[in-house]
Amino acid sequence: MKEKSTIVLFSGDLDKAIAAFIIANGAAAYDHEVTIFFTFWGLNALRKDEAIQTKKGLLEKAFGWMMPRGPKKLGLSKMNFGGLGPQMIKHVMKKHNALSLPQLIELAQEQGVKLVACTMTMDLLGLQQEELIDEIEYAGVAAYLGDASNGKVNLFI
Amino acid sequence: MQADLVVDTKGLACPMPIVRAKKALDTLEVGQVMEVLSTDKGSVNDFQAWVKQTKHELIKHEEENGVYKFYVKKV
Repeated sequence: MKEKSTIVLFSGDLDKAIAAFIIANGAAAYDHEVTIFFTFWGLNALRKDEAIQTKKGLLEKAFGWMMPRGPKKLGLSKMNFGGLGPQMIKHVMKKHNALSLPQLIELAQEQGVKLVACTMTMDLLGLQQEELIDEIEYAGVAAYLGDASNGKVNLFI
Repeated sequence: MQADLVVDTKGLACPMPIVRAKKALDTLEVGQVMEVLSTDKGSVNDFQAWVKQTKHELIKHEEENGVYKFYVKKV
């Protein structure tokens, strides 16, 4: 039986999401079954880049506008400088041949990493399934714990 | 040392050397050897840990002009 690793991505910061996906891709290369459970601000990393028309209330719409839409829009946890920081880090990453966050997400899906969106916090933040990328799963805390209780590496980021 | 497959990850950053190595290893038959090239300074520790955990065999590793070479045998 394969070993398991799980990561909870709570943060919607670019640097933390990159760290989470590097660890997830590494664990997949270790032949682990890997789950990333996205909750609260972490859900923004799963949003599609383009605006999706959905039916929702004003408050949910406002949340949608205020939060970053997709991995390309995330800010840094430190030295964000109103969006200048992410541009600098992306430049440096390119220089060092490191994969960008969208590339890391694609690689994770290719390697069979299970991406799970927390449905309860999707409701709180007013995010709908159509707004998130394809081929992900939807679940709650019990499903996460099911994976994590067999996991040797369980991280909260 | 003769390898059945050469995996060139020179210039690639973490976690790509391990990811490429894993993909390549999946294509090998048991007993075959692959040679992985990397310029990532963390890769010596990375490959030793990875081979140990995935229960394959690191036959040897060497460094030449900043390029690390790992010979991994599929078990």
